[in-house]
Amino acid sequence: MPSIQSLPRMDSMGQLNIQNLSINFRSREGIVQAVNDIDLKIKEGEIVGLVGESGSGKSVTCNSILQLLPCPPAEISHGTIEWTGKDLLKKSEPNMAQIRGKEISMIFQDPMSCLNPYLTVLEQVAEPLIIHNLATPTEAMQQASDILAEVGVDRILTSPNAYPHEFSGGMRQRVMIAMALITKPALLLADEPTTALDVTVQAKILSILKEACLKRKISVLFVSHDLGLVAELADRVVVMYRGKVIEQKDTASLFQNPEHPYVKALIACRPTLESSSDRLPTVEDFNNPNSCCIGANESFTSTLLLHERKVLLETKELTVEFSSKDEKVRAVNDVNLAIREGTTHGLVGESGSGKTTLGRSILQLLQKTSGQILLHGKPIVIGNSQQQLHFRRSMQIIFQDPYASLNPRLTIEQTLIEPMIVHGIGNNNQNRKERVVALLEEVGLASEHLSRYPHQFSGGQRQRICVARALTTEPQFIVCDECVSAMDVSVQAQVLNLLKSLQESRGLTYLFISHDLGVVKFMSDEISVMQHGTIVETGTVDAIYQKPQTEYTRQLIEAVPRANRSTNIFS
Amino acid sequence: MSMQTSNSLGKDAWLRLRANRMAMLSLFVLIGIFIISLLGPLLSSFSYQEQNLDKVFQPPDKEHFLGTDNLGRDLFARTTYGGRISLAVGLLATLVSLLIGVSYGMIAGYAGGRIDSFMMRGVDVLYSLPFIIFVILLMVLFGRNFLLLFIAIGAVEWLTMARITRAQTLNLKNTEFIEAARALGYSHLRIIFRHILPNLLGPIIVYATLTVPAVMLLEAVLSFLGLGVQAPMSSWGSLIKEGAEKMDAAPWLLLFPGLFFCVTLFALNFLGDGLRDALDPKSSQDG
Repeated sequence: MPSIQSLPRMDSMGQLNIQNLSINFRSREGIVQAVNDIDLKIKEGEIVGLVGESGSGKSVTCNSILQLLPCPPAEISHGTIEWTGKDLLKKSEPNMAQIRGKEISMIFQDPMSCLNPYLTVLEQVAEPLIIHNLATPTEAMQQASDILAEVGVDRILTSPNAYPHEFSGGMRQRVMIAMALITKPALLLADEPTTALDVTVQAKILSILKEACLKRKISVLFVSHDLGLVAELADRVVVMYRGKVIEQKDTASLFQNPEHPYVKALIACRPTLESSSDRLPTVEDFNNPNSCCIGANESFTSTLLLHERKVLLETKELTVEFSSKDEKVRAVNDVNLAIREGTTHGLVGESGSGKTTLGRSILQLLQKTSGQILLHGKPIVIGNSQQQLHFRRSMQIIFQDPYASLNPRLTIEQTLIEPMIVHGIGNNNQNRKERVVALLEEVGLASEHLSRYPHQFSGGQRQRICVARALTTEPQFIVCDECVSAMDVSVQAQVLNLLKSLQESRGLTYLFISHDLGVVKFMSDEISVMQHGTIVETGTVDAIYQKPQTEYTRQLIEAVPRANRSTNIFS
Repeated sequence: MSMQTSNSLGKDAWLRLRANRMAMLSLFVLIGIFIISLLGPLLSSFSYQEQNLDKVFQPPDKEHFLGTDNLGRDLFARTTYGGRISLAVGLLATLVSLLIGVSYGMIAGYAGGRIDSFMMRGVDVLYSLPFIIFVILLMVLFGRNFLLLFIAIGAVEWLTMARITRAQTLNLKNTEFIEAARALGYSHLRIIFRHILPNLLGPIIVYATLTVPAVMLLEAVLSFLGLGVQAPMSSWGSLIKEGAEKMDAAPWLLLFPGLFFCVTLFALNFLGDGLRDALDPKSSQDG
């Protein structure tokens, strides 16, 4: 393309050099050091993965490169960010605007909110070229449509005037990629670009991103919380923990010999498709060298064979329809499901496949349209409030977001005692309080937490409280609706271990809904795969993962990012 | 860990409110104004309706320390007497509007669907009725009664409250903790009053503190039309209205009732803010 003068590139160019960077956040409670004296280098054409859990400072670091941090409250206390030999921190706002989008561009996490709904997709992709005077408007439009076709947004050729709402999340993220790449930047910052997407879509987006960047020799800083994902993509991985860089290495050597205990833990506590054990190691295990469970894969021999167990809950031709103004949508379509006592039934599928609707209709939180739900072989009847109470007592649910699922105005004690009052459990408040304390200890909290409010707990602790609340009525069956999806791997491992040990001690039955196939494999005895409201495949864990019968299941399993090079370490 | 026993929301809220200096100061100011309004007419050596045509438009002096009006009535007696009526009208009407509006809005929002649209269309119809005509109609039907004035004003002011409450309830209804409450088998009434209502308090209190002054001013308008408080009785609203007309000749007639009115409103606003924060467990940093 002759119209774009490629930037004069020296050998040192395309090299980002962050040195001794420290970033503080000022708040009423004091100063929080979000980034603490980090060094980071990106060579030309290199793909660097930046990994860490939420709050580790990875996004702050990424945003500071383009000076996109709100200052105040953020404050860069010292350090330099050198881009092609010049310190970006000393540049003025107009000079930065010249670099943003032209030399360094960025892709954000949520493709739904990153596009302006009032402009056509083509206009938005062409805009960076026009703003930076790299092409005339007509040329820009032509290039935009070329690059959109390249990243797989074929629709643009047939309908050039399409608006963002006409595209799915995956397509919008492709649009974002096209927009970021159209100016041929030297560096691309990608902040969790696929976190909001389904696994199959995620896999496609990543391969497009990698291919496009390799072709153009663009270096990439890929920020993610998912180590497996980064391993697939990056040449080199930088791990951040509490504002510090604790390890940076080539991807292969990081997985083969991680040095820092946290990195070892991070690699191990992620339930993968390859590993199988009864308990996930947690970060604490790695901080405590005496712990026995690292690598000790106690082989689990189930005392009772799966098919010998009684069926606890069954759905027969269950259908749930939602009617909006002009059409009926079948969210759940003719589903037959049998969940056996004391087992975990995994339910996987992409977003919109009807998993959550199925879970809620089993609990009668949503009205079913037709079909039957059987508990112990008998249809569930909720005629009067007495039957309703009886039914509610035997089935509970744990939600995805522990922040939203606790009433912020009630203390933990009030939250946990209320179900007992409603269901008439315990004779008096003293007795109930004792039960609550016992429950809290069972889920790993202490009696001193009783008088606190939900906001005073971390996400993992809140989820423990939700588990305790679900257990107050001593149910037999619990629906876990994406209950660890919002958590960092280390916290996720703790909650999963808790759920497993509770299952053993109380003989609970779970319906475990998740989009994460690794987590589902770790938790489940049987798995059902859902697509467009119907169950396409049901089977034991081994059958599903080793011999998937349908094409859709195969795609789902193949799309899971895994650190192939690490496969042998854990077995 | 100073709190060993579990505190109710009310007790926690009181502890937090006590720590808020502005709110506590406002609370004392309000209590002071209440006491002056209750006791002022009794303490004053003049009655609110006693005319003294020898001493019209008297500026504040030792005898009439807030001055007198065009008929020589003592302004202190009139202002404190008017305070009783204004405060009673303002608070009672707000209370009525709160009771009707919040329960109506919560029921509509929680029920959803057809019941919701039906109830809210009813609100729209009432909105479209001209307020004055509505009040005159009530007066004609029930006769002129002081209590009725509160109810009439309250019965108009609840509409906005119902809308605010409904919108907030709709948002809350879909949160997971309400769903969890349903899954635990709680009754609808329990969910509405124990789980939804406490979470609505913030916007409700803020709107209530805005309603009180609005009601006090409405009372003045009604009085002006001859529908509310009639001379020789007084209220802050009617005193301010009279004072504004005679501002050039006797500025104190506007100044003192206005001062009482403003101080009360400021205090109510600060107290409302304080209450909103105090009732929100998240606002305190320590446990």
